[in-house]
Amino acid sequence: MDIVLLLTIFVLALFAGSEIITKVPPTLHTPLMSGTNAISGITLVGALASAKLGSPGLAQALGFAAVVLATINVVGGFLVTHRILNMFRRKG
Amino acid sequence: MPPSVANLLYLMAAVLFILGLKGLTHPRTAPKGNRLGAVGMLIALATVLVAETGLNWPLLLAGLVVGGAIGGLMAQRVQMTGMPQLVALFNGFGGGASLLVAAAALASAAAAGAQDLQVRIAALVSALIGAVTLSGSMVAFAKLQGVVRKTLQFGGQQILNGLLLTSALGCGLAALLQPETMIGFWLLALLALLFGILLVAPIGGADMPVVIAVLNSYSGLAASATGFVLGNNVLIISGSLVGASGMILTRIMCRAMNRSFANVILGVPMGGGVTVDADAIYEGKVTATSADEVAMVLESARRVVIVPGYGMAVSQAQYAVRDLTHTLEAQGVVVEFAIHPVAGRMPGHMNVLLAEADIPYDQLMDLEAINPTFDQADTALIIGANDVVNPDARQSADSPIAGMPILDVDRAKTVVVIKRSLSPGFAGIPNPLFAADNTLMLFEDGKKAVAEINTALAEAGQG
Repeated sequence: MDIVLLLTIFVLALFAGSEIITKVPPTLHTPLMSGTNAISGITLVGALASAKLGSPGLAQALGFAAVVLATINVVGGFLVTHRILNMFRRKG
Repeated sequence: MPPSVANLLYLMAAVLFILGLKGLTHPRTAPKGNRLGAVGMLIALATVLVAETGLNWPLLLAGLVVGGAIGGLMAQRVQMTGMPQLVALFNGFGGGASLLVAAAALASAAAAGAQDLQVRIAALVSALIGAVTLSGSMVAFAKLQGVVRKTLQFGGQQILNGLLLTSALGCGLAALLQPETMIGFWLLALLALLFGILLVAPIGGADMPVVIAVLNSYSGLAASATGFVLGNNVLIISGSLVGASGMILTRIMCRAMNRSFANVILGVPMGGGVTVDADAIYEGKVTATSADEVAMVLESARRVVIVPGYGMAVSQAQYAVRDLTHTLEAQGVVVEFAIHPVAGRMPGHMNVLLAEADIPYDQLMDLEAINPTFDQADTALIIGANDVVNPDARQSADSPIAGMPILDVDRAKTVVVIKRSLSPGFAGIPNPLFAADNTLMLFEDGKKAVAEINTALAEAGQG
């Protein structure tokens, strides 16, 4: 894809993200971090696509390790955020 | 699946991430927001698995099962006091995954012969940020966990870091010029790992919230760079959302300490200004007290503001604090919590600990909300906080922490400080609050002290 188009998307998403995240109250800053940990696990999409049958062994091994790390982030991130947010929900 | 359909599904995932973050703007909507994000992730993963052909399924499933099991266990086992460590680890894993995906993409491309320059540049950037995030986060984790206690500082540190970064970039250039070998790439990764270690090693204590926020931001930017490698929008958008989040948190933390980002990241210790002799401030002016006496003070109070600091996390005092809060409330006392943005070791650390102990979130006040009300507080009860309640930041222009926003606890009628000793906080300076006429010092472990006060108060209430 055209690099300029990709950069455009990148910069616009930065601004959109900033607009939303400045509105997150300090009380939720920890779940915000663990939640964004989960979202940054999106690298899993790239990891899954990089372990292909035709690829050299090295690429497949690296892809496997990437899948493990990114899955830890996705599963761990969403679950721990869920746990924290439930604590906030119990009362108040 | 045609590419356009896949891209539309990726767009849907990105929209769900944005809506999910939007949900986090209020505790009531936050759980739903988190679920929306998880649904977005499922859509993105299902899409890549269907859209890509020739996948090595056994390998992928094994990776998903292993990673899922580890992640699930970590999320369930972690104590809320250990959240900074967990986030540090997750930051590192995110960076590591980006590094590995970039390496795999380059290895595949090198084997295939044909390589796009744009893709190679993106892969090197992704590897650079990913490697710094990975090793830096591991050092941050080791420090937070207490495995590493020392901060590593030596002369010429900045010069060495500069050299490392320049050499890494040089290796990157070499890798661009010689696409058939991966040596340049691996050298770049190695130097970037070393750079990450040396970057975080000199940073300690109260600067940790900034470090975690920065690494959080990097892990997102690394994911974004991976998106440039693969030409994938959902990676670019999600990565930049995370990047933006980390940057905003970094800015908030720096402002709350009145520290420049450069000073934190270069490991410049807090200090400068005129250092005052501790003895001159404390000598003969510090009033030590007992739990019984504090109970009597609290008994006659109508409004109590509790100020938790890192000391509360260390002594795991949050449940004792909850019990004390309930006892006070049963006796008709209004209890509120004043939380400084950098209290603890990560953004929002205190809020999570208190939420864990069932303190309703609407009792947790931030600095701007609580400060104008301190002069209507009968008692300010400080548990293991120091620099964030040092009135010198407001009163003394030549103090090392001059200008740092603090909680104005000294304006309360009576101040009770629970602290093990008069030892200085991260800024390394004495705190005149401890010597003030309206301050009582209770020298004890936080959890034990709060439990004792609670017992004394409950007995007084019955009798």
